[in-house]
Amino acid sequence: MAMRSEAVPLSSRGDLVRGLEGFPLLPVTILVSIGLVAAFAGLLAPYDPEVGSLALRFHPPAWQTGGSIDHLLGTDHLGRDVLSRLIFGARVSMVVGFTAVMVAGAIGTCLGIVSGYLGGWVDQVIMRVTDTWLALPALTFAIFLTAIVGPSEMNIVIILGAVYWTRYARVIRGEVLSLKQREFVRLAIVAGCSKVTIMRRHILPNVLNSAIVLGTLMLGVVIVTEASLSFLGVGVPPPKPAWGLMLADGKKGLMVGYWWLTVLPGSCIMLMVLSANLLGDWLRVKLDPQLRQL
Amino acid sequence: MARYITRRVAYSFLSLFLLSLTIFLFVRVTGDPTTLLVEPGASQADIDAMRERFGLDRSLWVQYASFVRSLVHGDFGQSFYYRTPVLELYLSRLPNSLLLALAAMAFSLLIGVPSGILAAVRVGRFWDRAGKVFSLLGLSLPSFWVGLVLILFFSVYLEWLPSSGSGTALHLLMPAFALGWYFAAAHMRLTRSSMLEVLGSDYIKLARLKGLPESLVIAKHAFKNALIPVLTLAGINLVIMINVAVVVETVFAWPGIGRLLYEGITFRDFPVVQAVVLLGGAMIVIVNLLIDILYAVIDPRIRLEA
Repeated sequence: MAMRSEAVPLSSRGDLVRGLEGFPLLPVTILVSIGLVAAFAGLLAPYDPEVGSLALRFHPPAWQTGGSIDHLLGTDHLGRDVLSRLIFGARVSMVVGFTAVMVAGAIGTCLGIVSGYLGGWVDQVIMRVTDTWLALPALTFAIFLTAIVGPSEMNIVIILGAVYWTRYARVIRGEVLSLKQREFVRLAIVAGCSKVTIMRRHILPNVLNSAIVLGTLMLGVVIVTEASLSFLGVGVPPPKPAWGLMLADGKKGLMVGYWWLTVLPGSCIMLMVLSANLLGDWLRVKLDPQLRQL
Repeated sequence: MARYITRRVAYSFLSLFLLSLTIFLFVRVTGDPTTLLVEPGASQADIDAMRERFGLDRSLWVQYASFVRSLVHGDFGQSFYYRTPVLELYLSRLPNSLLLALAAMAFSLLIGVPSGILAAVRVGRFWDRAGKVFSLLGLSLPSFWVGLVLILFFSVYLEWLPSSGSGTALHLLMPAFALGWYFAAAHMRLTRSSMLEVLGSDYIKLARLKGLPESLVIAKHAFKNALIPVLTLAGINLVIMINVAVVVETVFAWPGIGRLLYEGITFRDFPVVQAVVLLGGAMIVIVNLLIDILYAVIDPRIRLEA
């Protein structure tokens, strides 16, 4: 309740400085860095992430005894360079994470708008389906879907989109219900705009804020789910370097103390998710007072 | 009241119907169901027998009707790997899952509720900030990561706890912690906001006005009322814990339903995967229904609204 007073409208220029108050600089820097690393993975990675030499298996990081500067963060069970795999793994997480959030957001926002604006039986059908899908445990549902269509990067994106769109649909529909009562929508109806035009031109721009906030908050969830799927062996197929896959491989070396194979990719996932959540929390407070209770 | 409950029950049945329809359609429409429903490496005669049994050459509605009929009779098919009915397998693993979930729940409430109260009582001060960091960490650290770090620390370096398996209380500690971590943060958040709401209410002001010591106001008047939403969430979360434990159970080789699901995907044992999804969804629908009914019994405003 004490947070209520913090809402700052971003309407005028003078408010911009105050609007940036508490800007999560570190998390954004981390996310942007991971994004840059992912974009320029080919230039940054010292080795091919998918090819290793069995003679170089399980080298520890450079600062430990037995490590060498050739492989700064050591090598894995197939002698592949861990640093290179982490760098290319950032690409997998970023690409899968962002596209899945966008797929889920696009489906959920569209259905939420249609459901809320049209009402009636359309609303009933969409909301009943939404409720049902929400009842399915997300990770289990995703595993079930990969069991049907088989794992590939593309399929994982579609599956995550199919699992998570319901979160958007619920919230967006609620917003549309209140928007529908507003003056400008009524005027648009009087002016003779078609339903499609109203939904596209008048409703959609007004729910985008919420969709963006939700998307940022979902990014962390989606990345963890992708990593979990990879960890369980139904995510991005090997030898592609996904962080979750690296964790699963690293687990085998854990008991003999090859800590870098799990701690490093795990830390990467944690950093990315933590950053996304911090950014999402800030955006939620700044952009969308209605979502603050989420 | 009766009308409200009838309506909730009807909705739940509708949900269960849509749930089975969703699962059914995904299996039949996206790809070739025979490759999923028939064992890998089955002979042509076996495949034909399966087609016959599931009526795969007939219309979707006929197929769906027979699918639902077998579900109602508790027939979730035969596991390809274990060669036993899937439902039997599921029920044999359920107690282990429940044990793990209960331990994780106890842990999450033990951490989440006191820290949430502390954060609400000291809102904006040190403990509140510390709690915020804690809840953010809890919601951001994936459970497998927590699990693997625990193993590294307590099993590999300190050699205090067994890294996998089940049987003793010691085996339960780390998986319960890894699974409960996220929920501890969620319970803390809810306890905090629920406490804040109660602390701002009139009857708390009255209790303070009549000169009750603050500790008594918090312990006797605020705490009890603030706990209701938390316990509701805990009820739902217990079921969710059973259904999301797949990663934690895989990390610690805990023989619960999650582990069963993992075996299902590694051995391409599709009936198992399908049953775990269906029963998980059904469990959540039913618990939601029970909580709705319980709320209506406790709180007359809800049943009058409906």
